[in-house]
Amino acid sequence: MRALGAIAAALALALLPAAPGLAAQPAEPPASLTELEGEVMCPVCGTLLELAESPQAQREKAFIARLVAEGRSKAEVKEALVAQYGEEVLALPQGSGFSLSAYLVPIVAFLIALIALALGVRRWRRSGGGRGANGDRPTPPPAGPTGEDSERLAADLAKYDL
Amino acid sequence: MLAVLAVVGLLVYGLASKGSSGVALGDEAPASALPRLEGRGEGSLSEYRGRWVLVNFWASWCVPCKQEAPALESFQQRHGGPRFTVLGVDSRDLEGDGRTFVERYRLSYPQLRDGNGEAAHEFGTTGVPENFLVDPRGRVRLLQRGPVTPEYLREAVAPLLPGARS
Repeated sequence: MRALGAIAAALALALLPAAPGLAAQPAEPPASLTELEGEVMCPVCGTLLELAESPQAQREKAFIARLVAEGRSKAEVKEALVAQYGEEVLALPQGSGFSLSAYLVPIVAFLIALIALALGVRRWRRSGGGRGANGDRPTPPPAGPTGEDSERLAADLAKYDL
Repeated sequence: MLAVLAVVGLLVYGLASKGSSGVALGDEAPASALPRLEGRGEGSLSEYRGRWVLVNFWASWCVPCKQEAPALESFQQRHGGPRFTVLGVDSRDLEGDGRTFVERYRLSYPQLRDGNGEAAHEFGTTGVPENFLVDPRGRVRLLQRGPVTPEYLREAVAPLLPGARS
């Protein structure tokens, strides 16, 4: 079980970088209008901004374009958008508050499934699954025909001209 | 089993927190605190308890909102006072755009800012503009989905305002 725990912990660590806000953030890339439009929402339309053409979306695009032209970083633009429209403007939930569950629930569910699988395998092995009727000893290969069977086999083979 | 219950609980919480809401005639109007569009601090519909309030949800990018703004300002000029006010709520809008709108149409009534649309959601709006007449006890007495006109204000709203100048 200790080994299983170590595997689970390693998997959890491997999965954590997928959750923004939970892992160390890399250096902030320069803001790009096109990239940002694919990462934020049009709050009125409920779609990604890059897909929206509503009047509100046009104003939001102009707002982003102005901030990009001012040389703001992507994080700064997103922060400004959140200040204007709230956190729902972000296409990906932030790694805090209830939004954190969007990242944690799949990880926790995966770990629980892994532990349940490990426990199931352990119980199956303890109950003798995968072993012969002789307990820990491996099942011996089946014995060849003996006695009456051997005599009948020999008699049958003798009928053929091999 | 506990894990399943926990996941189901989270889903239910998520749905409940984003579920449908809204007000009907006779319901108590939501009175969440919102930042003021102009100036500092927060304001709320509850500040106007004891007065009739026409809550007007609008946005600067909304064409019908531009059409109704002069009618609302005119109505405020005529009926606004200790017993009535229009209360604008700028919803899902850029703050700067909202302020420019207020200046352009010379709106004198108080304005709150509902950037994330939470207040609009609480009222159950389906878009902008929408108008809710709230009585002095905080109950919704009229509901207009869409822009108000001078005729609507004169014929539907004004008669409900006791003591208002006519």
